[in-house]
Amino acid sequence: MTSYLTRPIGPDDHTMGPPDAPHQLVEYGDYECPYCGAAHPIVKSVQHRMGDALLFAFRHFPLTQVHPHAEHAAEIAEAAGERGRFWAMHDILFTHQYALDDDSLVVYAARLGIDPGWARWVLQTHAFADRVHEDFLSGVRSGVNGTPTFFVNGVRHDGPWDEASLIEALRTSAVFAGRR
Amino acid sequence: MPILGRGIEAPDFNLHVTPDQTLSLSELRGRPVVLAFYPADWSPVCGDELGLFNEILPEFQRHGAELLGISVDGVWCHKAYAEARRLRFPLLSDFEPKGEVSRAYNAYRKRDGFSERALFVIDSDGVVRWSYLSPVDVNPGADGVLAALEELPSPAHTGAPS
Repeated sequence: MTSYLTRPIGPDDHTMGPPDAPHQLVEYGDYECPYCGAAHPIVKSVQHRMGDALLFAFRHFPLTQVHPHAEHAAEIAEAAGERGRFWAMHDILFTHQYALDDDSLVVYAARLGIDPGWARWVLQTHAFADRVHEDFLSGVRSGVNGTPTFFVNGVRHDGPWDEASLIEALRTSAVFAGRR
Repeated sequence: MPILGRGIEAPDFNLHVTPDQTLSLSELRGRPVVLAFYPADWSPVCGDELGLFNEILPEFQRHGAELLGISVDGVWCHKAYAEARRLRFPLLSDFEPKGEVSRAYNAYRKRDGFSERALFVIDSDGVVRWSYLSPVDVNPGADGVLAALEELPSPAHTGAPS
């Protein structure tokens, strides 16, 4: 059974790379997951190597039962996104996985020029929880089977995700337009 | 022999769910059941299959479905595992005779001595409506289960939590 990305990359996604790039990589990840932390520099490297040939999107898949800070981390990333700083926060979170408590998240927000009072309010009210949950559900629908789960040109990538494997998978398959 | 497929009556069982309680499949008549056979507790990866299903549990419950995990691990092992992973659904112990229920579903790896990674969606009448055998080292995800639950006719009473 091949699993397909049921929600194609769209305007609501956080993306890097040209929208019409010939290759697409979608990662479902959790900021507290050590495997996702390990994948973070690999993805960066893949992006660097593929340049404008790659469109990358990150979607949230917080495993809240095992990672107590994952939900708030995803929400603060969305909050930063609202202020145009999604990727900056994304990088901070993945490089500070050892400190993802609320106080730290607010400090990271402030470091990005985001009002810390607003950041704290966002966490307290779960203002961006719906947005995170939408990502989660789209992942469930698409057969996300752990974190990180990668979709290479719209198809779930079940193989290894070291840099060479991801690049080879991306280059040897065509974009799958998405299935409805 | 392939795992049991669509249209076959799901073999009933009575297995320990806690050290002093057992659960039968027939007790769950009237609502759909998702049976997840898996090789062993304490899988060393985060975001493993059961952890994933634990996160997705509310989506199964929206369909009134009961999720049950089954492996050959003993009850005390299951108890410790479920507590450590904060699992919110029962784990059944296919322990004595070892693997008997897994064998009845053709979901037992005799050479390894543990269950396959196999999923079954059983309807409210106890009939298998969908099944899937995953490569033992690939977590299956929940997309197939959810699609199968959606295709079930609405049962008269689902037992769905409000």
